[in-house]
Amino acid sequence: MTQTLTHNQAGSVPDLSYKPFQRRNISSGALSFLAALFAVIAVLPLILVLGYVLIQGGSKISLALLTQLPPPPGLEEGGIANAIVGTLVVSAIAALIAVPVGVGGGIFLAEYSRSGWFAQFIRFGTNVLAGVPSIIAGVFIYGTIVTSRILFGNAYSAVAGGAALAVLMIPTVIKTTDEGLKLVPDDLRRGALGVGASRFITIVRITLPAALTPIATGVVLGIARAAGETAPLIFTALFSPFWSDLLTPEGIFAPIATLSVMIYNFAIMPYEFHNELAWAASFVLVVMILALNLFSRWLARIAAK
Amino acid sequence: MTILQQPQATESHNEDVALSLQNVTISYGNFEAVKNVYCEIPRGKVTAFIGPSGCGKSTVLRSLNRMNDLIESCSLRGSILFGGVDLYGPRIDPVEVRRRIGMVFQQPNPFPKSIYDNIAFGARINGYAGDMDELVERSLRQAAVWDECKDKLNESGCSLSGGQQQRLCIARTIAIQPEVILMDEPCSALDPISTLKIEETMHELKKSFTIVIVTHNMQQAVRVSDMTAFYNAEAVEGGTGKVGYLVEFNDTDKIFNAPQQQATQDYVSGRFG
Repeated sequence: MTQTLTHNQAGSVPDLSYKPFQRRNISSGALSFLAALFAVIAVLPLILVLGYVLIQGGSKISLALLTQLPPPPGLEEGGIANAIVGTLVVSAIAALIAVPVGVGGGIFLAEYSRSGWFAQFIRFGTNVLAGVPSIIAGVFIYGTIVTSRILFGNAYSAVAGGAALAVLMIPTVIKTTDEGLKLVPDDLRRGALGVGASRFITIVRITLPAALTPIATGVVLGIARAAGETAPLIFTALFSPFWSDLLTPEGIFAPIATLSVMIYNFAIMPYEFHNELAWAASFVLVVMILALNLFSRWLARIAAK
Repeated sequence: MTILQQPQATESHNEDVALSLQNVTISYGNFEAVKNVYCEIPRGKVTAFIGPSGCGKSTVLRSLNRMNDLIESCSLRGSILFGGVDLYGPRIDPVEVRRRIGMVFQQPNPFPKSIYDNIAFGARINGYAGDMDELVERSLRQAAVWDECKDKLNESGCSLSGGQQQRLCIARTIAIQPEVILMDEPCSALDPISTLKIEETMHELKKSFTIVIVTHNMQQAVRVSDMTAFYNAEAVEGGTGKVGYLVEFNDTDKIFNAPQQQATQDYVSGRFG
């Protein structure tokens, strides 16, 4: 109190008011505006793309579209049902390959490797593989599985497509498993080892369950990424205008329709109806990927609890 | 400097010795953390390791059930005999060692499972074939946490308070029926009331188990232990940092009332450390 008094007595009330035209306030305001502008520009494509696809494709959704085969060129009645099934099948095959390999690799990195050169090499390789363009994965599978007809003499097939997508999924799954396991406190491992658990039992019964949610989130995100890929599927799974015979093994060793390749094929056809089917397929694909992303967020929220 | 004083054990049967450390030196990489430890830990008693920070008492404790194996650079010279068998012998399975020599850690670390499963986990993986419900109840009773848990055996072990969690961890260790229980500062994260309960638990436990406890709390050593080992650290010429060693090992009474070494006298009277 006395200090304020002496201050006042000195005759100078401190001027603390905001002066909008001071230089620092002008530059601060300008920079805030600029940052906000770029943020808007950054999300603009997202909103426009999603909005355009939803408007163009959403209006064409009907029961027939979801249950019927695409028509031959020129006819105007049919749907995209075989491609929806195909995308699910190819993604499932990819997950069947990538999840065991990726989770196993992640377990090795986090639990067994002692930061030696081999582990370093795998981590580095995983990061590189995550950045490899998806068409390279397609070319690789085309060269190793399709042209060699290694799968019982079949060339293009759902399995080859799934393998190409698995190559894209594996880095994501390895990384999230590795990081998920690293988040498990060492106290838990020591506790398990302290009551006489072997390393294997510790991992299977204690650490993996504790890291289950981040791993599951990573797997779902990996599937979401792979499901939308076109390039690796064009020359591995190819395309089919028919139902795949999924009740017999021949079905998954034959070419199969997928949503992304259907979009690629139909969007450039000179037939109005097929173009519309491509839009509808885009809509369905976006909704599927959106649903997977929401599902992974939901998983992550469970983990936080 | 190192003094081995345990006339009872050496004169009577070797049966009375649970663990025998013979010239144990433990290093992290090239750095010797603790050297030339001779010590015979008696069976059925509570032995306390005391000493200032960095004197290697926790390191020695962890070496007793090969927990140091988890630390990459850690190596041990000398031998630790458990019932006449060298724990660091070439054909020893560390998992087998840890089943007989259990450990309770500084931080309570219950598994993210139900209270029941926390206890049953160790017993199941050790092939326990008896009545699991009975084992769970007996272990929880022995660890003096049964009354607080009996109505919520299916709730997560993490839902308990810190002191209860630590007693759950003790119960979990008891459930595998080890011969020795190692405790690494089990009360340092707990409040005085919980500490008291754990100390009471230890008095009960020493009837059936050999207990080795590391503690920073000298009063705790006086209250719970029969034997006390005092470790100290000192700089050695040519070395980097301090090297720990065992100064004196004797009855707790003697260590605190009539120590034979000046360093022990200084430490227990609070002059340093």
